[in-house]
Amino acid sequence: MRKILLAAAAPVGAFILTLIISSITLWAFGSNPFSAYGDMLGHAAKLETQVDILNRATPLYLSAVAAAIGFRMNLFNIGVEGQYLFAYLIAAQVGSMFALPQLLHIPLIMITAMAVGGAYAGIAGVLKVTRGVNEVISTIMLNAIAISGVIAWLQQSWQSDQDQFTSTTLGTDPIDDSGLFPDINGLLEIFTRDIAQGKQLTGLLLVAVAVGLGYHFLLTRMRFGFDLRASGLNPFAARAGGIPPKRMVVAAMFLSGAIAGLIGMVELADTAKFPPDPIKGLGFAGIAVALLGRNNPFAMVLSALLFAFLDVSAGILQNTQAATKEIVNIMQGIVLLAAVIAYGVSKRVQEREEARFTAEALAEIDPIGADS
Amino acid sequence: MSAVIELTGITKRFPGVIANDNVNLVVERGEIHAICGENGAGKSTLMKILYGMQQADEGTMKVDGEVVAFNSPTDAIDAGIGMVHQHFMLADQLTVLENVVLGAEPVRAGGAINFKEAKAHLSAVGADYGLTIDPDDMVETLEVGERQRVEIIKVLYRGAQILILDEPTAVLVPQEVEALFENMRELKAGGATILFIDHKLDEVLEISDSITILRQGKTVASMKNDGVTASDLAELMVGSELPSPETAESTVTDHVALSLRDVTVVDDDDRSVVENINLTIHKGEILGIAGVEGNGQAELVDAIIGTASVSKGVVELLGTDITSMSVRKRRESGIAYVPEDRHREGLMLEAPLWENAALGHQTQKPYGSRWFMNRAGTRAQTELIREQFDVRTPNVDVSAHALSGGNQQKLIIGRELTSAPSLLLAAHPTRGIDVGAQAAVWEQIRNARKAGLATLLISADLDELIGLSDTIVVMLRGRMVARLSPSEVTPRDLGAYMTGAATQDTSSPDTSSPDTSSPDTAGR
Repeated sequence: MRKILLAAAAPVGAFILTLIISSITLWAFGSNPFSAYGDMLGHAAKLETQVDILNRATPLYLSAVAAAIGFRMNLFNIGVEGQYLFAYLIAAQVGSMFALPQLLHIPLIMITAMAVGGAYAGIAGVLKVTRGVNEVISTIMLNAIAISGVIAWLQQSWQSDQDQFTSTTLGTDPIDDSGLFPDINGLLEIFTRDIAQGKQLTGLLLVAVAVGLGYHFLLTRMRFGFDLRASGLNPFAARAGGIPPKRMVVAAMFLSGAIAGLIGMVELADTAKFPPDPIKGLGFAGIAVALLGRNNPFAMVLSALLFAFLDVSAGILQNTQAATKEIVNIMQGIVLLAAVIAYGVSKRVQEREEARFTAEALAEIDPIGADS
Repeated sequence: MSAVIELTGITKRFPGVIANDNVNLVVERGEIHAICGENGAGKSTLMKILYGMQQADEGTMKVDGEVVAFNSPTDAIDAGIGMVHQHFMLADQLTVLENVVLGAEPVRAGGAINFKEAKAHLSAVGADYGLTIDPDDMVETLEVGERQRVEIIKVLYRGAQILILDEPTAVLVPQEVEALFENMRELKAGGATILFIDHKLDEVLEISDSITILRQGKTVASMKNDGVTASDLAELMVGSELPSPETAESTVTDHVALSLRDVTVVDDDDRSVVENINLTIHKGEILGIAGVEGNGQAELVDAIIGTASVSKGVVELLGTDITSMSVRKRRESGIAYVPEDRHREGLMLEAPLWENAALGHQTQKPYGSRWFMNRAGTRAQTELIREQFDVRTPNVDVSAHALSGGNQQKLIIGRELTSAPSLLLAAHPTRGIDVGAQAAVWEQIRNARKAGLATLLISADLDELIGLSDTIVVMLRGRMVARLSPSEVTPRDLGAYMTGAATQDTSSPDTSSPDTSSPDTAGR
């Protein structure tokens, strides 16, 4: 019981701290915190807003899992951003080149995206184990190379209409409908009313759920997951335990990049092409979501939903004029800081509690030998 | 002479361990004072307390007769105490002068560093203590011994009168050691007091004026270096009041489990740390390796488990060449490993016991397979280990850090011995654990020997080595210098071989003789 309370104390504490600081901030900006919160929650209660939140949470969650795979091994993959955009572009181009039945077309596009994301992240892994290049540096540079270099160039050469550079014709050739992941409005509508305003719930939500379950299965049931966690917990013990450190680095980077490759698929299902202004920033947001969710597959669901809710609320606040939309970014920052602090404190308390519990339990069993 | 440092009743506890237990130390002004003891005897902790890096739980410190309390090394430096760490803290890309002034730069008005003044001060310090070094050399071009001199000058530059040298000879080759000792004598002539940690006894006897010996966190002796022999010191360091772990009749068989032929291992600087080692261990045999820490034993074990690569020679396990096999393959072929530092190489402290039990064996039954982990099997096996090896824990879900050192060690021994190994590499298996757990570990190793396990045992506890081993070899500076029969050797003799005070006329120490199984004993 005490253990559960302790585990819950950190997130609850972080949440309360966030509310307090956010309220002060809102109040300092001259807004009424209660009406701002009221507007946010009021809108979130609507089905259409909930669809928006889920659509936003899906890529955030995928991005968080990608980052978390690295974090579990103390690998800081900052390159999710570049990996998903690169994968998005190549997958869009490959998808547009084929006309295939849906059952082949969609997997082809997704596997391409994962392969490209994985290979691109793998470069950083290989550089680390062969040349000792820190993955933070290499992934940041690979981001720049991908985003300002390769993508910008390929985007031009794969431009669907080479003569006309208007906003509607920009981007890669559109993919046939057979390559687009269908929406799952029908699935949601079983439980509720029809979704209005032409909103579509992304089918990639199911993929994200599968990825989350797969990540959980990998960590808890698979030998590779054990090796991954062991390498993160104690790299020296892992090495002495037969886990090849170099191979693990490359494999973890590849896997992280492969999951990152799926992030862009959410937008691709909607736009059917790599647009001139693809959605950006999801890679960095994913790092925050993973930190808040402590790399835990289930906790990251909640943190992805929270971040998505705040993102969606930005637009709502602007509409109702209850507060400036930037308050949302401030809140995301505060919740992250509060969580990091709360987790740090709770970890210490938990460790001390556990040592005390063990000592007490042993003293009861065997009062003399408790020390040996 | 007056006491410049006086430590009284210093006690420092870490969770589960008492690192210093009522330690007393008196250092006279202008002397070279050696602190000796095995690893884990509490030498480093004591020095860290004196240098303000850690705070004692109990006890008083006096410097120059005044009671002091250091909260950080800054306080210690202000009191004239400086420390040279074993691992140098120098910036390779800066010059000697820049390194020396780093953090204590004389500044001109406006913020520019006054290098002229710094250089003048540096050469004054150098002249005072007879240390010569070119201030404009780049540190990256310096030899190890010269770098150490830079570290010493760095400390003197900050006005230290009392120097703490943490195992200064550990990183040096013999000629460099000579140079260091020369410098130390100069420093002493210049009026400095030197405290140094060392466990190479011949060196201690050569340079020190006084010697204090620690064992298991306690001061066991403090004496003038006057008529003391290396054997006396070795006996004091190791102690001999512990119940000796006598092994029963020999269980050595004819089946060779491990054979090393001309094995050489080099470090990052291409120096041989293990040189031309030839060894054979049979099933049912315990081969003990004696040696002062840092003479290649650890690297030899690394080479056999596979975490260090063999630069020359062959390692064979049960007749199969495993020289270039991965660590995992070696594990799967039956090498069990009890690392010398259980927190560094043995455990995942934040993970539950049952996950720790799987570490190193996760590809094998009952823990898992190539692809999957068997959670139920792992937990059941951990329960078994807990029962058989008397691991005292409320359940197998607690994290490893919550257990005492002895119980952590029993868990490691248990997971290694229950994996049905053909070879056990045990490095200091009873280090830092209490007497009860120690006896239990000995018992388990003996039982495994009876069942036909071949064991390579490394230990600084000479009674343990003599008691458990069927054969003892001594390593000094990476070479095998003696091969002894435990029934005919005393800790005193061993100490003499370990420190190079005695030598054995090994018939062919360097040439390859693959089968050195017949011990050419020379008990003296």
